[in-house]
Amino acid sequence: MAVIVPESLESALAALTAYPDAAVLAGGTDLMVEVNDGRRPLTRVVAVGRVPELTGIRVDGATVVIGAATTFAQLERDPVAELVPALAYAARTVGSPQIRNAATIGGNVATASPAGDALPVLVALGASVEIAGGNRRRLVPIADYFTGPKRSVLDAGELVVAVQVPVLRGAQDYLKVGVRNAMVIAVASLAIAVDLEARRVGIGLGSVGPTPLAAPEACSWVASRARWRSDGVEVADEDVVEFGERVAGAARPIDDHRGTARYRRHAVSVMARRALRRCTR
Amino acid sequence: MTEMYVLRVNGDEHAVADAWLGESLLYVLRERLGFPAAKAGCEQGECGSCSVFVDTTLVCACLVLAAAAADTEITTLEGLQPSARGAVTDVQRAFVETGAVQCGFCTPGLVMAVHALLETDPEPTDLAVREAISGNLCRCTGYGRILEAVEVAVAARRGAAR
Repeated sequence: MAVIVPESLESALAALTAYPDAAVLAGGTDLMVEVNDGRRPLTRVVAVGRVPELTGIRVDGATVVIGAATTFAQLERDPVAELVPALAYAARTVGSPQIRNAATIGGNVATASPAGDALPVLVALGASVEIAGGNRRRLVPIADYFTGPKRSVLDAGELVVAVQVPVLRGAQDYLKVGVRNAMVIAVASLAIAVDLEARRVGIGLGSVGPTPLAAPEACSWVASRARWRSDGVEVADEDVVEFGERVAGAARPIDDHRGTARYRRHAVSVMARRALRRCTR
Repeated sequence: MTEMYVLRVNGDEHAVADAWLGESLLYVLRERLGFPAAKAGCEQGECGSCSVFVDTTLVCACLVLAAAAADTEITTLEGLQPSARGAVTDVQRAFVETGAVQCGFCTPGLVMAVHALLETDPEPTDLAVREAISGNLCRCTGYGRILEAVEVAVAARRGAAR
């Protein structure tokens, strides 16, 4: 069969083991663009969208486990909107309604584009990626997942099963710069998450480096400067400005057809200041 | 090549034989099954002119692998039920009445997007309308009359429900 539509994770993994050259199809919004353009010859396709183990969202203690086949349209709504608001904000900036109805978080993670909108959020929150292949299951922290532009530790024959995202108490946001508000691939994007329990701030950056990036130095610096309360956090105005510069220092942007490195670094500093102001008072 | 597969389009089953593996649903609808309403614009999900419903979900047919869409219910513009007033749907009528159609290439996709919106949100705000059609490009109208058409369709449904 040229197109395999497995009904279980076990049969999906068996198909990928039997046919390592098979293309994995989820929402199709990345793969079909390449196929339509003649850039992706297909010999076999494993369509994983209906694998039950990849669907559904469940809360497991302080973690929400989001199945890989969850669409961005689903991420926009509860329970994700309530539990991980930055992920819902990011989802809302993806493509158009038609794209969000098809594209999946697992596809975003597997494609591993530096511009993937869910990815800075996963970085800011310190999420983990559940991977299965053959008889092996592994959980990879997002910080160890990306290895380069559209490259990750995901091997041929492996599938992204789910992402595990910590449920934090504290404000979150996602900001994205592009040429318009809809249908835009990020020129630069930034996710922020405040963790009031651990007294930490997390940042994830998109489209400003070969992979989605964190800004650990800027985050630990601002956490040490902040005045933490049980119900929020305050940061002095001059520290907000310096935070912007420190986050911009973590970016590793390049010049390309969407923008210059200089513009991207500037955009990161503006977004970091804006995001921190929105999440503090 | 794929083995023969069956697509269910607008309630009818259609066999697809001798197809190439990578054919999109858009290609199969237009070139093999004779459903020309969905248009081939960008073929990368940017323009929305190929919008169809797959199991009641609005998607770009160009990004659906046709052979993987067996066992789904596909609805194209041709399959939408006409309103009581004639041969077209209330949304199509609103597009005609407001002059929201110029070259017409984007119109089927926009009509599908507006139907999808009004199914879930019968009284959409202006922002909701703009977001709902944000994935459908029109290079003629400047969108003003399309937004007007949505208002007319909403008002017509409100009147019909009364």
